[in-house]
Amino acid sequence: MKLHLPPAARRSPAKDQAGSGARQAVPEAGPRPPRRGRWRHAATVAVFLLPSLVPLTLYTLIPMVGSFWTSLHEWDLITDMRWVGLGNYADLLGDADTRAAFLHTLYFIAGYLPLVYLGGLGLAVLLDRRMPARALLRGVYFLPVITSWVVVALMWKWLLNPASGIVNWALGLVGVHGPGWWTDPGWAMPSIILASAWKDLGFVMIILLAGLQAIPREYQEAAMVDGATAWRRFRHITLPLLSPSTFFVVVISLINGFQVFDQVKIMTGGGPGGATQVVVSQIYDLTFRYGRAGAASALSWLLFALVLLVTVVQIRGQRRWVTYG
Amino acid sequence: MGKALRYLLVGLGALAMLFPFGWAVITSVTPGDAVLAVPPDFTPEGASLDAYGRLLETLPFWRIVLNSAWVGAASTALQLLTSAMAAYAFARLPFPGRGALFAVYLTTLMMPLPVLVVPLFLEMRMFGLVDTYFALLAPTIASAFGVFLLRQAVNQVPREFDEAAVLDGAGHFRIFLFVVLPLIRPALATFAIFGFMASWNSYLWPLIIIKSPEFMTLPLGLATLHGQFTTQWDVVMAGSVVSVVPILVLYVFAQKHVIASVAQSGLK
Repeated sequence: MKLHLPPAARRSPAKDQAGSGARQAVPEAGPRPPRRGRWRHAATVAVFLLPSLVPLTLYTLIPMVGSFWTSLHEWDLITDMRWVGLGNYADLLGDADTRAAFLHTLYFIAGYLPLVYLGGLGLAVLLDRRMPARALLRGVYFLPVITSWVVVALMWKWLLNPASGIVNWALGLVGVHGPGWWTDPGWAMPSIILASAWKDLGFVMIILLAGLQAIPREYQEAAMVDGATAWRRFRHITLPLLSPSTFFVVVISLINGFQVFDQVKIMTGGGPGGATQVVVSQIYDLTFRYGRAGAASALSWLLFALVLLVTVVQIRGQRRWVTYG
Repeated sequence: MGKALRYLLVGLGALAMLFPFGWAVITSVTPGDAVLAVPPDFTPEGASLDAYGRLLETLPFWRIVLNSAWVGAASTALQLLTSAMAAYAFARLPFPGRGALFAVYLTTLMMPLPVLVVPLFLEMRMFGLVDTYFALLAPTIASAFGVFLLRQAVNQVPREFDEAAVLDGAGHFRIFLFVVLPLIRPALATFAIFGFMASWNSYLWPLIIIKSPEFMTLPLGLATLHGQFTTQWDVVMAGSVVSVVPILVLYVFAQKHVIASVAQSGLK
């Protein structure tokens, strides 16, 4: 679980920025600064802020600047940096490996997103109704969410073992010759997608369940009185009212999808033959295998720009299909 | 939809969720070459805990579990403290540039880890911190997400409470400790769960910064095991099983909180 930022969170900073500038007369309760107070007040602010501001500066802000600075250089981590300006960016844009990494990442997202969304939606609808052991069932679906990616990836790699994996054995029982899941270049990415969807299904389900439960029963009942079929009720009441939750799931899944790494690293290591080399594993390899820290940094900024762009486009576009309340 | 069909679907799905875990347990007690047997043996004859023994020989496993536990606990505690303090400052202490600084905090939320990983590694190397506990902990000392989440909670604490405390002669530190913190406990619990899960499961950063087995955390240790014993699936699965147990126990106790807070994070 990486970033859980509610959609509302993204909009409030701007508002906040506008609303509580230095001069802004927000009614302040709490103790007024004592008379000799300016310095004391400043000291109080410092004591409350520095514990987070110092580490944030050291371990996030400086690395951000450092990453950008590195991206303007050629550097093997050992010898001196060599200034190349935007050369790394230019190289990356024309580089076949980079294009492949982005395409593989998009392939992952294109397979993963519909699977987790439709699967999670189906589960949420099924588990929204009263039924015995409902809490237990929800817990079971949530189990993979809390399990570390390393464990999940290892388990699936074992299940999908081409020679002695249980999945291929089961397929054999019904007369299907199972593929070489993570050894066949054509099947490696689908295997990773399958494992990823399996792991995150419970997360999507919980978000959508919360959304479903916020929908007032009266709407459904009124539609039922009007004689609307179950499908029409779902299509015209549930889905639109679920759109804020859907929006959240899609935004988070896309942000995480662009950064897919753990499962790739463990299940295929980017192979076979580079068939599952995604952007982050490419960044990792550029740095630690090929000693090209500058190119790696430039690639990570390209990724960031893309994620930012996609997120902003989604937030802009939400008015068209997201109905709040 | 028919009731029976609904139960059938949900039941089959639950089975699909549990099966990999169950199969991991079976694999871990399957003796020797029988692991690779086709057809697979669901009730392996001569089942043994041998793989668990070999797991302990191969890795300093308990040390790794302890590392994960204490790094998780320390990073959760530190994040709670630093985030709550900053949240209090942003919600209750006026100062010039407060809005702008809050915006800076939020910007860091948008930064994907891969952007930071390379320079962070270089920074750690510069300070001679590669392969240390501190390096594992460093990026998780402060959390912009935590500041954001907890600030919302502090904002919901009525200001009258502060004022009453002021009348009793309390300063900001006392208000923070004895008025605000107790009142934002649900938000603190939510954030603690997220923080611990993130640390317990984190892989990319430890992978880069840790080299020696004695500083490894669980995900890293398990991944190493896989690299060393591509064919020893019983040992790999034994390690997986052991590593799931602690988080599973924690989850059973915290289930209500976890699910409620994940759901809540998706709403407004």
